[in-house]
Amino acid sequence: MNNLRKIARQVGFYAFVLALWQSLVLLKLWPPYVFPTPASVFEALRIGFSDHTFWIGIGVSLKRMLVGYALSVILGGALGLLLAHSDFLEETLGRLVVSVQSMPSICWLPLAILWFGLSEKAILFVVVMGSLLSISINVEAGLRNVPRIYAMAGRNLGASGARLFLYVLLPASLPHLVSGLKQGWAFAWRSLLAGEMIFVSLGLGQLLMMGRDLNDISQVVAVMVVIILIGFAVDGLVFRVVERNLRRKWGLSSAA
Amino acid sequence: MAALMEAQLPLRAVNNKIRVDGVSRHFPSGHGGQLAALENINLEVLPGEFLCIVGPSGCGKSTLLHLIAGLDRPSTGEIWIDGRKVLEPGPDRILLFQELGLFPWLTARENVEFGLRQKGVNTKERREQAGYYLDLVHLSQFEEHHPHQLSGGMKQRVALARALAMQPDVLLMDEPFAALDAQTRDLLHDELERVWRETGQTIIFVTHNVREAVRLGDRVLVLSYRPGRIKTKFSISLARPRHIEDPEVASMSKKVLGHLREEIDKSVRAEFHHEQFA
Ligand SMILES: Nc1ncnc2c1ncn2[C@@H]1O[C@H](COP(=O)(O)OP(=O)(O)O)[C@@H](O)[C@H]1O
Ligand SMILES: [Mg+2]
Repeated sequence: MNNLRKIARQVGFYAFVLALWQSLVLLKLWPPYVFPTPASVFEALRIGFSDHTFWIGIGVSLKRMLVGYALSVILGGALGLLLAHSDFLEETLGRLVVSVQSMPSICWLPLAILWFGLSEKAILFVVVMGSLLSISINVEAGLRNVPRIYAMAGRNLGASGARLFLYVLLPASLPHLVSGLKQGWAFAWRSLLAGEMIFVSLGLGQLLMMGRDLNDISQVVAVMVVIILIGFAVDGLVFRVVERNLRRKWGLSSAA
Repeated sequence: MAALMEAQLPLRAVNNKIRVDGVSRHFPSGHGGQLAALENINLEVLPGEFLCIVGPSGCGKSTLLHLIAGLDRPSTGEIWIDGRKVLEPGPDRILLFQELGLFPWLTARENVEFGLRQKGVNTKERREQAGYYLDLVHLSQFEEHHPHQLSGGMKQRVALARALAMQPDVLLMDEPFAALDAQTRDLLHDELERVWRETGQTIIFVTHNVREAVRLGDRVLVLSYRPGRIKTKFSISLARPRHIEDPEVASMSKKVLGHLREEIDKSVRAEFHHEQFA
């Protein structure tokens, strides 16, 4: 019941956005090559999907995402562990990590191109550098903020070393870890698209730039819609579900 | 190795279960000073003894239990259990924390099973034992609930079940019944006493409730406030089973309370002072 109402609300909202868009078009404030109509964008979407260019773009971009993100999770997780484990590393490397993380990830691109050329590796490098540090920062924070009582209770009940980590510290920091993974995904996605826009490479970023080169605003907007939909799907189907389960189990929930 | 240990044994006559030997625990305090949470505690606990400790809040009761559990190290002095020096936690002594320390990501049953799993007890047996101890604390209906779905008193009972399920030689309990209503508490006093008799466990039970201490203990220690020292030791020779409303329990409690009151006053004054000038 409640779910139905939520869905109805969402549908209503997007119908309203479309109607607003269409009425702006009808006011003829701007020429169509500056402000596309909903119909032309739908047409661009239809063409893009039926001639497979969008599918290929999505496929290429998502594959890069999965590889890059997986690397980030593994490397960032490991780095986070190290930083959580050692005060010395935290005070030295940890500070550096935070400063480097504040740099927009696209700044890695020139370096990537010098190292790897205009290759798949260069773009993966940008994706990984864009998300790895945010993941490691969150992993570290998650582990360091585990209330002392949990570690004590775990030790008291006979867990130590790897088992203490696996059965107590890791689950205790899970809420933090999940938000870190979510943030890492967002950073990786942004880095990927920025990278793809700058150098020729198939992928959604390139489709965007192609639309610009063809002066085809409908394609530009259509690709943007695809990008937004992917973000929506990943958030809604993966992270939201995980977070909701977590909150329910832990009783962190306010309204979920 | 064994030879080495045995060589040490004759030096310490092992007729007590726990021996706390000149233990102090100092914490660094605000202005570079030291806070003496515990000062020169000497204590021997017999095997199978039920020892209760009362004292005003902040006098070091929890600190003492943490030390005996091996979760913290004394600043000076040593703690011996069965003639072996305590250096780390061990499954032979389980602490029921004042803060409980239930794992929010596990259900009540999984919380009780946690320690058994660490011991390597198999799934089926774990389940049975967890069921048994949750039943003992009257929480069978709530096995699959997560801690946040339980009331404060229920959480205390889960923590009690979790500690009992480990069947430790030494059970250290830190104000375990503080959040229970009087009726449930009376019930659990009876259950705890029964388990204690059946298992022969050695129990150190910390409480701020003098009546409870006299109801349960073979001995009651009063700790003093800052530094935390043993102020008085009472032997409670009242026959068991006892009840918290027994007149003998009441009159004994009055005696203990007389010694405790002074320390409570001290602690209240200190806290008042702290609030005024901190
Ligand atoms: N880890 C710690 N660091 C600093 N001070 C502590 C720590 N643990 C306890 N204390 C201090 O030691 C004193 C005794 O604490 P505690 O043993 O918890 O008292 P009780 O359990 O009797 O209420 C308190 O003043 C407390 O603030
Ligand atoms: Mg305490």
